Amino acid sequence: MSAETAVETSDSYSRRIRRRLLVLLALLTLLAIIGLLSLWIGSYPLSISQIIQGVVATPDDPLITHLLWNIRLPRTVAAMLAGAALALSGSIMQTLLKNPLAAPSTLGVSQGAAFGAACAIILLGSGQTFSTGNEAVLLSSRSITATCAFFGAIFSIAVILTIASVRQLSSEALILSGVAMAAFFSACTMLLQYFASDLQVAATLFWTFGDLGKAGWQENGLMALLLLLTGGFVLYRGWCFNSLQWGDEVARTLGVHTSRLRLIGLLLTCLLTAVITAYLGIIAFIGLMAPHLIRPLIGNDQRFLLPAAALCGALLLVVADILSRVILAPVVIPVGIITSFAGAPLFLFLLLQRRQL
Amino acid sequence: MIRIDQLDCAYGNRQVLHSISFNLQQGELVSVLGMNGCGKSTLLKCINGLLQPSSGEIHINGQSLRQLSRQELARTIGYLPQNTQAIDCTVFEAVLIGRRPHLGWQVTDNDLVETARILRLTGLSGYADRSTLQLSGGELQRVAIARTLAQQPSILLLDEPVNHLDIRSQIDVMALIHSLTKQLGISTIAVMHDLNMALRFSDSFLMMKEGAVLATGGREVITTDNIRELYQLQVVLQELNGIPLVIPCPEQEPSLLNRS
Repeated sequence: MSAETAVETSDSYSRRIRRRLLVLLALLTLLAIIGLLSLWIGSYPLSISQIIQGVVATPDDPLITHLLWNIRLPRTVAAMLAGAALALSGSIMQTLLKNPLAAPSTLGVSQGAAFGAACAIILLGSGQTFSTGNEAVLLSSRSITATCAFFGAIFSIAVILTIASVRQLSSEALILSGVAMAAFFSACTMLLQYFASDLQVAATLFWTFGDLGKAGWQENGLMALLLLLTGGFVLYRGWCFNSLQWGDEVARTLGVHTSRLRLIGLLLTCLLTAVITAYLGIIAFIGLMAPHLIRPLIGNDQRFLLPAAALCGALLLVVADILSRVILAPVVIPVGIITSFAGAPLFLFLLLQRRQL
Repeated sequence: MIRIDQLDCAYGNRQVLHSISFNLQQGELVSVLGMNGCGKSTLLKCINGLLQPSSGEIHINGQSLRQLSRQELARTIGYLPQNTQAIDCTVFEAVLIGRRPHLGWQVTDNDLVETARILRLTGLSGYADRSTLQLSGGELQRVAIARTLAQQPSILLLDEPVNHLDIRSQIDVMALIHSLTKQLGISTIAVMHDLNMALRFSDSFLMMKEGAVLATGGREVITTDNIRELYQLQVVLQELNGIPLVIPCPEQEPSLLNRS
């Protein structure tokens, strides 16, 4: 090969990198546009200029300030953060466990959180439900419910990670442990519901519907902090994640501490999803679907795939949130129902379109 | 270059390697021979730090293996496992990943030039933009070898490098390994099952039986007695163009069929 061909070869790689950066930029732009659309849609009409002015500066009208900063903006930001976090977690789990089906729900995180919430509502009495004009059921003590849901999710993860570190389990065994924990927690939740009153069962069920309306600035702040921490870690360790795709043995001979990487990665992602599930309820399919959706566009280089999956997840959840508000307006459907509805056929479509996930 | 002294290794209570000792020089290709399960792969994994020996010492360039960090080890030893899998990335990226022990956060021009050089050395320049999923077994094995070379190692450990390849690809891959060993002055240890392929391309041999060294040295150790002892197989040795040829005796075949 001549010197020119060597230059051509590395130029071709550089072009590919530039293309991936463009995809990231395009996703970011699209997210900004969809985010603006999400702020625009609502029962009270607002113009785009009012929205932009309201976000970057304090508007004169206190109603617009209230509408944007207390209702629409926290909801849209929550959709972006939760979508990005769930998709990033799913993508990291799929790489670390070398399994295309790995996602927060397949590791029992969601079911653990649901059990925690059920304990809070039924056993600790945070489910004193009452009916209002607009919403059928409200939880009287959301903080207790969220705390218990968080510990439920963390307990599920702790069991799996302990088993993994003590017995040096394979990635397949980890997924199977997750399935077992999910089944166990589902059974526990059903048992609690069996002995609960009708109102408590309704409250438990209501909690499990992933709903972005539950998020405020405090919740968004914590989600953003954890997302930044996890995102920073995976970007810094991008080459280690790339090495791991070739198998544990190869990664270790390339100087990667595979068990340490797996433990820290899983711990961070599980913490992230536990917090999101505790605050917002169960939002299925984003973590599983976003990485598969974006991979054909951006490739397998984890330095680009992971942020792209996060942006794609944010985009999907904001779109799902918009749909949840407009489909049966003025009724707002919980976003978890939309993601499951749209996610299942979309995932099957992807499966049929591609030979390999 | 590599000095292995009294190496023992065990999986739990089961002792797999027993007092293995041998030396390997720069630019030398040694074939490790022996039956399945005799500890050949375990030996490679002990040398590259994937397994911890229970006793004994491994010295690389006069330095004990225990003193090297994982990163330093990755810059010194390239390892090709038994099974190479393909993932959806280009050949260039698959080889570039071998630069990981040298990489910072960003890929430098030097890494790109080095990767392009390795592609040229391994005859893969024309494949740079092709997905590894589209490669044949022989091509994929070349990519895996190129990836280990991108580490710029002084020692190359190859676990059955011509496993599952057709005869043409076997010869191509072994010729490539041989020429790279000489050209780059790398010390190469290859676990081999094909005795004739090993005889054609290796400088020396390490014959292992039940985790211990049966014989070590040049072609003089490839004798009918040693082969019978190693594989419980009767063979005849003939010479063709100055290279010994190992031919299994036909009367052994029925006994092999009846072994179960």
